[in-house]
Amino acid sequence: MPSNPPLVEEEPVVEPADAKPAAREHVHAALTRTSTGHEDLRELESGLDSLQSDAARKHRIDWSRLLLPLAALVVLVLVWQFYVSLGVKRRDLVPGPLDVLGQLGILWGDGKLQESVWTSLQRGVVGFLISVAIATPVGLLLAQVAPLRRAFGPLISGLQVLPSVAWVPAAIIWFGLTDATVYFVVFMGAIPSIINGLISGVDQIPPQYRRVGTVLGASRLQMALQVVLPAALPGYLGGLKQGWAFSWRSLMAAEIIAVGGTIGFGLGSLLDQGRTLSDMAVVMAAILLILAVGILIELLVFGPIEKRLLRSRGLLAGSTR
Amino acid sequence: MPVVLEHLGKRFGDGAPVLDDVNANIERGEFVALLGASGCGKSTLLNIIAGLEAPSSGALEVPSDGAAFMFQDAALFPWLTARENIELALKLRGVGKAERRAKAQELLELVHLGSAGDKRPHELSGGMRQRVSLARSLAQDRQLLLMDEPFAALDAITRDLLHDELERIWKETGRTIVFVTHNVREAVRLGQRVLLLSSRPGRVVQEWAVTEEHRTDAGLAGQLTGVITARLREEIRRHAK
Repeated sequence: MPSNPPLVEEEPVVEPADAKPAAREHVHAALTRTSTGHEDLRELESGLDSLQSDAARKHRIDWSRLLLPLAALVVLVLVWQFYVSLGVKRRDLVPGPLDVLGQLGILWGDGKLQESVWTSLQRGVVGFLISVAIATPVGLLLAQVAPLRRAFGPLISGLQVLPSVAWVPAAIIWFGLTDATVYFVVFMGAIPSIINGLISGVDQIPPQYRRVGTVLGASRLQMALQVVLPAALPGYLGGLKQGWAFSWRSLMAAEIIAVGGTIGFGLGSLLDQGRTLSDMAVVMAAILLILAVGILIELLVFGPIEKRLLRSRGLLAGSTR
Repeated sequence: MPVVLEHLGKRFGDGAPVLDDVNANIERGEFVALLGASGCGKSTLLNIIAGLEAPSSGALEVPSDGAAFMFQDAALFPWLTARENIELALKLRGVGKAERRAKAQELLELVHLGSAGDKRPHELSGGMRQRVSLARSLAQDRQLLLMDEPFAALDAITRDLLHDELERIWKETGRTIVFVTHNVREAVRLGQRVLLLSSRPGRVVQEWAVTEEHRTDAGLAGQLTGVITARLREEIRRHAK
């Protein structure tokens, strides 16, 4: 409490009910005090609070979340098998699910599957994390400083539209067939999309939050870190998801095009090898592996984070998630 | 005297003045209700007192450390719990970590929310949110507290209770409160003085004192409410075409 002394009061607010003149009926007209003292007020408020707040709901494991996607997967595989068994196309052009599964087994036996998934995943994650570290301060700066945003905003949006594959030839000329080429292409894909996600997240912050920050005496830096960044988190997370998708795609594109040199053997390389050998089962296996990694990252990393974020802000009610 | 307004005027661009020749003296520890119809520039006046906007003319004297502000919507940060919202206000003021925790709990107790500190704003009712917001504005520890229609969006039962609550906290903390409202009954219920602002341009046209008698005697309070309402309507009627 502040140090200033309380007002000199002739009559305390907290007065026992029996101190009132017996003759005067207490009229609850909202024009006068409606409670009879501190304890009465506390009791009334606590009653109203419990009436007005929802009882906490228990979260159970929802099996339909697990079973429905599995069922969808089974249906798709069955349709695939059915199509193959019709024999419309030659088996070596359209391999069936079992052929691809067999191929995956062979790749696993060779150690190629583990090597390619590990190489790609490692590059994707490292490239993505570096992109986040670069894009976050830049995005925050652009969102907070109007002249900077006007100057560089269109360029950043443009970079997001430019397919990052377009950078592969340039990167090969600059960096040769090294990991630097792969990372460069990943950065050019991920960084603009994370920056844009953060900026659009900041744009959607209710103006009231900034006013509160100002009134509470936040400095520019405090405003950015304590108010703007957390307020923009849902949009930022959307940007991160998209940034990851762009990293992964750019990485695959780079790996398919740039093969050899000191570049390790990734999933894109595996895909390219399948193409060179005209081995459709390898190609399909590589495509499915690329897809599977993408799905797993969404399910294990972004899904839970997003859900937690939305639930804690009360934004999950009524959504179909 | 924490707040002195002298011939205060405000216009935005080349438009008609929003405020014109506003004069008021607000004593330390006083509870002043600022009453007016829509378009009287009540919020602009509060913003000027808070230092969020500059007046176009006139002079004003406000406490050098500024003012605490409470908005119509609670404006709590949804990513923080009730306690963390209060702690943030303390943190931005430069209060140390250990002290923040204790102080926040103390403020939560003051608004009777001692056990709801770990709830998120969306888990609280409108009245509870406003109380957290009140605790947050008290955490700013400024002598002057500006309130911009803080109870306007609440249901009547909750509002009546919060009137009692605010009066109790005002007396406990000795704050100077400037309370903006368009509700005559609310102004009479809370203010020691009611200042009526005219509309377009805003100007203090009349003021009434509300005594301790009015706090307990509904008849007396009702009478004063009637008088002020009549004067307010007169002011509104001037704008009829």
